[in-house]
Amino acid sequence: MSHGRSFRHGIHPAEHKEATVGLATERMPFVERYVLPLSQHAGAPSRPLVEVGARVRRGQAIAEAVGFISTALHASVDGQVVAIAPRSHPSGKLVPAIEIVADPYSPQRLPEGAALDAFALSHESFVTELQLAGLVGLGGAAFPTHVKYKVPEGRRIERLLVNGCECEPFLTSDHRMMLERTADVVRGAEIAAHHLGAGEIVFGVEENKPDAIEALKLAVAGRSAMRVVGLAVKYPQGAEKMLIRAVWGEEVPSGKLPLDLGIVVNNVATMAAIADWFDRRQPLVERLVTVAGPGVRRPANLLVPLGTPVRAVLEHCGGLDEATREVILGGPMMGTPLASLDVPIVKGTSGLLAFTDAEARLPSEFTCIKCGRCVEACPQFLNPSRLGRLARAGRYEEMVGYHATDCVECGSCSFACPSGIPIVQLIRVAKGALRERAAAAPPSALSSPTSETKK
Amino acid sequence: MSPTADPRLVVHPAPFLHPEVSTPRIMGDVLIALAPATAAGIWFFGLSALLVVLAATAACVATEWALAGRAQLRDLSAVVTGVLVGLILPPSLPLWMAALGGFVAIALGKVAWGGLGNNLFNPALVGRAFLQAAFPIALTTWVPPQGPLALYNGNLALPFLHGVPDAVTAATPLGQMKFLAASTPFADLFWGNISGSIGETSAAAILLGGLYLLFRRAFDWRLPAGMLGAAALLAEIIHQVHPEKYPGALFTLLSGGLLLGAVFMASDPVTSPISPRGAWIFAAGAGVLVVLIRFWGGLPEGVMYAILLMNSASPLIDRALQPRRFGSRPVKETR
Repeated sequence: MSHGRSFRHGIHPAEHKEATVGLATERMPFVERYVLPLSQHAGAPSRPLVEVGARVRRGQAIAEAVGFISTALHASVDGQVVAIAPRSHPSGKLVPAIEIVADPYSPQRLPEGAALDAFALSHESFVTELQLAGLVGLGGAAFPTHVKYKVPEGRRIERLLVNGCECEPFLTSDHRMMLERTADVVRGAEIAAHHLGAGEIVFGVEENKPDAIEALKLAVAGRSAMRVVGLAVKYPQGAEKMLIRAVWGEEVPSGKLPLDLGIVVNNVATMAAIADWFDRRQPLVERLVTVAGPGVRRPANLLVPLGTPVRAVLEHCGGLDEATREVILGGPMMGTPLASLDVPIVKGTSGLLAFTDAEARLPSEFTCIKCGRCVEACPQFLNPSRLGRLARAGRYEEMVGYHATDCVECGSCSFACPSGIPIVQLIRVAKGALRERAAAAPPSALSSPTSETKK
Repeated sequence: MSPTADPRLVVHPAPFLHPEVSTPRIMGDVLIALAPATAAGIWFFGLSALLVVLAATAACVATEWALAGRAQLRDLSAVVTGVLVGLILPPSLPLWMAALGGFVAIALGKVAWGGLGNNLFNPALVGRAFLQAAFPIALTTWVPPQGPLALYNGNLALPFLHGVPDAVTAATPLGQMKFLAASTPFADLFWGNISGSIGETSAAAILLGGLYLLFRRAFDWRLPAGMLGAAALLAEIIHQVHPEKYPGALFTLLSGGLLLGAVFMASDPVTSPISPRGAWIFAAGAGVLVVLIRFWGGLPEGVMYAILLMNSASPLIDRALQPRRFGSRPVKETR
């Protein structure tokens, strides 16, 4: 066991976790209406398995995966499908969704099935099971879990890294998960490691959660393959590449994946969800959400059925303070701002934060004085000052030479900038434009950058 | 507000946490750090020092206002430039020349390049270099310290007319060393009882300001540390070979504008490299140039040209030494 390991660079924002860290998980009461978007994961939208008017049970599959990079979706309540139509998604887009009106007389119990012996399954059936469970990475990116576990031919996975960093300020849901469901987190990791063939299982937890570290250590005691590593409190400690660097001192090569080092990284909540599926046959129908921020009257850690409207969750938490100006899903460094409260909690929602004027006001902007604070903050060792200048000038092609595509969009540069320049936002826009151009251009044009600059 | 009523939601992209340090705060810190050196200048050179600094600062602020607009003044950088211009001038300089220096510093040193952040050269040094070229005699006329009430006649000269020359002039310690082979007591060099530019007289006051900037993390410490280190090291080596002809590390550090230049001008973030490795190279280059100019150049002092020369190399250094991106190191075979 080592202490205070970390990656280089990064930032130290105020943690703001005190409001909810001591609050045990409570269950969000059931409400009238649920909206389950068919895209709650990275990849192709799911295909509905039910029709309008159908009665559904909590935990019943209502949509299936389309292709490999896609996953299943389950009803989060007993009720009736009233619409399959475009609905507002937290991303701000209208996307097809299944709308369910909850049965007001149902006790809303999630059926429990007989355990399936995960260790007796073949690798292929294990991967299929994960897809049937609708599992995605619960840290926020919502990447389908089974895709990570489908180890390509000729590759070997040696290490499983369970991510319990929760480096985003305000969020404490992973912390509560590690405290309250320690056994399930470890159980899920055991199942996952078995099927990956990983002989080493590491739980990486920031040292601001000493009770979680203790709980996990107790739970893994006597298991030689598992260990708990305490990590320095620093943002973005929970970013895959930073976490791997902190635990093993290895850098995932630029443009490569953890897989290329024989490593799979998964969030603690995802581990517990794996245990739910194999031990109790319960699919992903609800998730833990931290509701906090200065605009929330009664902060909480809530177990929320998927599809619950944000508005209902906020009402349950005492409503919004009058000074609220901004509501976001996720953490304050990488979360998504909401234009409307009439969007559902989805699989990737780790937090629901309400900010008042103090946070919603943009910092006054000054000229870049090249102070270098962004350079010393960037965990990817880029030159954000330069990238921001090039982006603002629209010189996107030149940004490739400064490795814009290596940017993980953690926002450390914007946080560090004394001139209030929205650096990561500028880089994000540029990366989007570069992706579009790459998609539009014929492959030959990509190899000769001059054809692009001469137009 | 009832819980269901929507607030007027603001939507802006992540991150939603904002910096604790702002550019005006950094500039304000530099001004605070300049206070001891300015006070020392006034202590030794009296009202004249105050008037020269005020003239240069007023000219900088007025020029910034006229050419870049009032909003640009918010970042306080024009005030910093103005004070610096004043501090690197002789105390008996005609005030109109100080003001002209301030005007050139902002107009040619900054605005002409596209404003703060785009200039290649340190604006204060541009102003000083202009004055040195235009008025070589006035810029090398030094007076002895005469205390806090001193008012030198030179200040009051009208533009392009000869003023009443000061009765007493004095050589700087560097000039004495170079042309008279005479040395100055280290205590005087350290506390400031020597002739020279207003701000460079007291090493103690400059170091106090530097420590403040270090404490506030308002500058990249590598820049002053590298420049002072390189100059001291090179001077000491040469001194060991020719002790009778060349001064050693301590005299080199405490005399002339080296401390002031290293702490307040080489550390200008805009005109120095952004990467830590680049900062070391820039600083070491400036330190070496100072010694080369002082020992073998035609001038007694070389800090201004040393920094300006390295300013011109800064973009090149930055381009050559981009930070090593994460994941570009060859993977070690672990198993």
